[in-house]
Amino acid sequence: MSGLMVKNISLELEGHKILQDVSASVKAGETVGLIGPNGAGKSCLLKSILGLLDLDTGSISIDGENLKDLSLKNRAKKMAYAAQGAPVHWPLTAETVVGLGRVPHLNPWQKLSKDDKIALEYAMQRTDCLDLKDRQVTTLSGGERARVLLARVLATGAKYILADEPVSSLDPSHQLQVMKILSGLSKNGNGVLVVLHDLSHALRYCDRIILLNEGKVIGQDTPDKILSDDNLKNIFGISAARWSENGHQFLSPLQIEDGSTS
Amino acid sequence: MSRYTSANIVLIFGLIIVAIGSLLYGRANMSVMDVINALFGGASEPVTIIVRELRLPRVILGIVIGAAMGVSGAALQGVLRNPLADPGVVGVSASAALGAVIAIHLGLVAIWPLSISIFAMAGALAATAILFIISARDSSVLMLILVGIGISSLAMAAISLVMNMADNPMSIRDMIMWMLGSLENRTVTDLLLAVPFIIIGWLMMINIGQGLNALSVGEDTAQTMGIDIKSLKLRVVVGSAISVGAAVAVCGSIGFVGLVVPHMVRALITNEPGRILIPSALLGGLLLTLADVVTRMPILSTDLRLGVVTSLIGAPAFLYIIYKTRRTMR
Repeated sequence: MSGLMVKNISLELEGHKILQDVSASVKAGETVGLIGPNGAGKSCLLKSILGLLDLDTGSISIDGENLKDLSLKNRAKKMAYAAQGAPVHWPLTAETVVGLGRVPHLNPWQKLSKDDKIALEYAMQRTDCLDLKDRQVTTLSGGERARVLLARVLATGAKYILADEPVSSLDPSHQLQVMKILSGLSKNGNGVLVVLHDLSHALRYCDRIILLNEGKVIGQDTPDKILSDDNLKNIFGISAARWSENGHQFLSPLQIEDGSTS
Repeated sequence: MSRYTSANIVLIFGLIIVAIGSLLYGRANMSVMDVINALFGGASEPVTIIVRELRLPRVILGIVIGAAMGVSGAALQGVLRNPLADPGVVGVSASAALGAVIAIHLGLVAIWPLSISIFAMAGALAATAILFIISARDSSVLMLILVGIGISSLAMAAISLVMNMADNPMSIRDMIMWMLGSLENRTVTDLLLAVPFIIIGWLMMINIGQGLNALSVGEDTAQTMGIDIKSLKLRVVVGSAISVGAAVAVCGSIGFVGLVVPHMVRALITNEPGRILIPSALLGGLLLTLADVVTRMPILSTDLRLGVVTSLIGAPAFLYIIYKTRRTMR
């Protein structure tokens, strides 16, 4: 079975049911959006897939291999994680941070090889941050830092990319840039799973959407089917304005609707 | 040659020069030839004894202890991702001091000179055991820092209690003097007591550099990069506790080396948490040996204590570095 397969996973943290019998999949070549109201379990689902949280039941496999049977390094070669609002704790140069993407491929003493450096440069080119490589990450603007951290993710060369709200703190042009990079990755054969709050981005950039609410999968289908008026009303408690331009569909929250479930 | 390599070579040369200086400098006047002859045979008996049994153990201890403090400080700052962490943060320094204070209170020194070091070591190991048990279960950064503070406070309270019970002002003076730290009159026995533990600590931390680098982008992300965070933390916390505990056990509380040295290395060489380890060890050894030379200078009527010198030099240096790097260290 190729792809990232999540089968019937459940997760309980301190007595709260965070995920209940969740099944989902991400195939190579598609961008899958993960949406849902606050507290739906989106970040926890992402962390479960990455092996950061211990599951109570269910299983996760990558291209047919059970996650549990893979060493940490081997997982890291297959899946990369763009954490939410990712911090950088020391004033490292952008190049050093992006270079960390090669860690899964190196033993503790190994230095970056020529091939590693090519991977770095390629990743920085794709995220348009090559000119920042000697700058200290702590002095970069939010948008610049987001691109550097995304380059770190790309430099891993991992097939599956899992991103947690990668655009939530960015200005509009950087939002578009990051979304374009992510959806571009899937066209190159990567599988991308991205947590989004902006439903318009979800509608425009995702091939498929998984809708999560209260730890359960409400549906996974094409964006126009998942982002139906019914789902927006029942799950998000909103109605939306819709329009289309240049062949793209857009959606913007209009007002709060009664009958909200969350 | 990279900046990193050349910086390390400069530090090694500096360390050698300071070590030779420390062998030369003392109450008995000696020439370089005297010292060389004493080390390799051929000097008169008193000179040989002074160099081999008094000065050499002191120099080696200074280097090893300074290196232990520097490397532990750098590793702890990396793991806790907190530039304010110092080896004392995990509570071993205070627990070692408690052991020493108890040994002094019981008056064991008269019967058994090594008792202070042994008791201090027992204190440090007890704290390490507590840390190990707790951090094996829950190793969040906050938990480690809070447990360290808890252990320190408890040890300080117990030290106060012992001082409170002391009926003789001389023993209180001994306790305070011990806590101010010194390398005076340390022998080969002290060396043999501390060095094995310090080396065990180092061996536990031997290939943590990559993990520390990965941790600079956060714990979850580092784990998704294939780093076993739990084992990394355990190795750093227990490894530095063992080596710092052993260091404090033979030379008393020596402040600021573990805190300041990694900052100096970051300001001068690199910010990469994995690559400041070796320079921090070298600079730690260099500075502590230098501070030990200062304690022997006739500045006051009495000998200065090592911990006093390191703190007096360390604190202003710390303030200066913090001021200089304020823009990038946020």
